Amino acid sequence: MVKHTSKEEILRLLDQVFDPEIPTLTIREMGMLRGVEISEEGKVTIRFTPTYSGCPATDLIKVDIKAVLQENGIEAFEIIDVLSPPWTTDDFTEEARKKLRDNGIAPPVQATSDKSFVLDSPKTVPCPYCQSENTELLSNFGTTACKALYRCKSCLQPFDYFKCH
Amino acid sequence: MENNLYLYLLQLGDNALILGQRLCEWTGVAAELEIDLALSNIALDLLGQSNQWYEYAAEIKGENSSPDTLAFFREAHEFRNVQLVELPNGNFADTIIRSVIFDTFHQLLYEELTRSSDARIGSIAARAIKEINYHIRYSRNWTLRLGDGTQESHKKAQNALGRIWDYAFEALTPGPIDRWAFKNGIGPDLDALRPVWLNRMEKLFEQATLEIPAPGFIDRKGKSEGIHTEHLGYILAEMQSLQRTHPGLEW
Repeated sequence: MVKHTSKEEILRLLDQVFDPEIPTLTIREMGMLRGVEISEEGKVTIRFTPTYSGCPATDLIKVDIKAVLQENGIEAFEIIDVLSPPWTTDDFTEEARKKLRDNGIAPPVQATSDKSFVLDSPKTVPCPYCQSENTELLSNFGTTACKALYRCKSCLQPFDYFKCH
Repeated sequence: MENNLYLYLLQLGDNALILGQRLCEWTGVAAELEIDLALSNIALDLLGQSNQWYEYAAEIKGENSSPDTLAFFREAHEFRNVQLVELPNGNFADTIIRSVIFDTFHQLLYEELTRSSDARIGSIAARAIKEINYHIRYSRNWTLRLGDGTQESHKKAQNALGRIWDYAFEALTPGPIDRWAFKNGIGPDLDALRPVWLNRMEKLFEQATLEIPAPGFIDRKGKSEGIHTEHLGYILAEMQSLQRTHPGLEW
């Protein structure tokens, strides 16, 4: 038996799937969800784009998608990887950026089309806690592949910075 | 004869996998936490890249192959990586010099691959190039710090360059598969990339006050014939032991 569902219902369910490394952001807010289609027979196709090549969260996210669909009685579905165009932090919504800040992670400060982000350290990264611009880079590589480590020189709080990608 | 595209994908995947595996050896033992994080993260990116090349290669090969069977069930002579990436980590300067030589090549190669006539290769490269741009920033900065640093760091960096430089050219010298890829618009003309790469290397090492030695033996055949240094066998013995003992084991 195939259960017929609407696209809105699927999107609502997928909004329960979070990035396990940034558990305040859903995969939709992260820009990993590229589309949902439902065929006339009721088969659900989910287009998904991975972030970093080596991000260990990718497999877990797919497991989570499967789980949330199956728990809600949806059995006929497939998840298709979309590689092009590649995922980029430019796709973050303003809401996603605010959520990152609220959770102590500074969002990417410039667009990836800006060459300076690969050639030199990024411009000023404001502290997500006190908004001070008096911050310093501690390490270009941080707790996960997508983050660098900064410290605020005003409130002395170390914080993660989500790298431009 | 094996499929040329399959062999080209192995060259790409094996370079990333073996260097990634090498860099993982620093996890937990690097001199500073920041170095530990950096090398482990770079390794993770490389493993992810190899996984994407292997997925494509496995589809071409068929016969129930998968990224795991390609990584864990091939013998050393079936690996198509350049000998450079299998060299031991040595000290930190050895690791950095090996990385900066490879990263400079890797960046040039992937920039070209984003324009590949094979759309899937292009899209994998488009994602990976952003990671490689980040890696090279790290290895270049450390090359400058070590080379133009203290007497001791300069000495170690110079020794590293002296030992490793002979292995640099293999990646930039076209083998039959590279020529096939160029002819079909899949990959770049390595003969054209080599002077660009060499120019970048010369500028960097000059700035780092390091002297490039005269090239010695450069006719290496890791990527074209699977002829490797003795080191690759030891890497595989460690990397493959779990899957060879318990085939198909999963988390």
